Amino acid sequence: MAEIKSFVYINRKAPHGTIYALESLEVVLIGAAFDQQVKLIFMDDGVYQLTKNQDPEGIGMKNFSKTYAALGDYDITEIYIDQESLEQRGLSIDDLQELVYEDEDDDWKEKSSMRLVSREQLASVIDSADVLLNF
Amino acid sequence: MPLEVNGTTYETDEEGYLANLSDWSPEIAGALALADDSELADGHWEVINFLREYYEEYQIAPAVRVLTKAIGKRLGKDKGNSKYLYELFPYGPAKQACKYAGLPKPTGCV
Amino acid sequence: MATLHTVNKSPFERNSLDTCLSLCNNSGSILLIEDAVVGALRNTSVSERLVKAIESGVKIFALGEDLKARGLPEDRVIEKITLVDYTGFVKLATENDRVQSWL
Repeated sequence: MAEIKSFVYINRKAPHGTIYALESLEVVLIGAAFDQQVKLIFMDDGVYQLTKNQDPEGIGMKNFSKTYAALGDYDITEIYIDQESLEQRGLSIDDLQELVYEDEDDDWKEKSSMRLVSREQLASVIDSADVLLNF
Repeated sequence: MPLEVNGTTYETDEEGYLANLSDWSPEIAGALALADDSELADGHWEVINFLREYYEEYQIAPAVRVLTKAIGKRLGKDKGNSKYLYELFPYGPAKQACKYAGLPKPTGCV
Repeated sequence: MATLHTVNKSPFERNSLDTCLSLCNNSGSILLIEDAVVGALRNTSVSERLVKAIESGVKIFALGEDLKARGLPEDRVIEKITLVDYTGFVKLATENDRVQSWL
């Protein structure tokens, strides 16, 4: 059995205008099938990936924003949101969809995966990674 | 290779997956299974229906590990294990069941 | 002789909106499309610049379909920005003498 590594995905692009957000999500889902520890960071324009009520039908894109809600099923339980990026964009955590997971070790209780953090806290998440992936 | 059901022809890809999600019907699921020399029973339908609901909600077909865990939660431990699911779908539960459910091949599928 | 300027990049990531604002005279119009629509909201670090341009006479528009795609509610768009749909986009393009795309 290979050792478990910590993968941190850094998402910094708005969805729909470019393919980065969707590509990142697909890589995350594929990677999660390999029993690694996965953490996601959403910062800069990446925070727009998690806005509620996305409806890209009018611009002919697939609504992959619904897929983020499945991350809990893939055992992704640590999702870091950069507070400063939200503020610069006139957004708050309430503008983002709430992502949850069911805690197997706590009678499948539903818990939030969302962690609103400062730049300082983000720096330590990045410093803890074995592998960094940027989108 | 196009699939013919009740006189209508449906487009599929080279592996036999339905080209348009919206074409799907239970009859088509039956025809897709027949093309693999299998027949759909209640056990298959439970999984197929689960996959369609999952796709509707999350816009993806779940990986086999996720499928197994979710089926166990929904239908009980005796069904939420790979032995049971592989008996139903010997070509790989996620891959084969998704095909009959009219869904795209799952991301990172087994 | 009026020019329609289109901007499609997020103003938080690229400087194309700033370049556009500095080169758009007050008979011009700016249409925010694709990722650039994120700049149309109130209370962001770019909203003041857009309001200033509007006050100086520049007309600013944003494509409604792109806002909707990104889950950005219309009622949070800067008041003096006009929302248009794809038909409105075409109309703007034909009403102006030329279109400058700040890619």
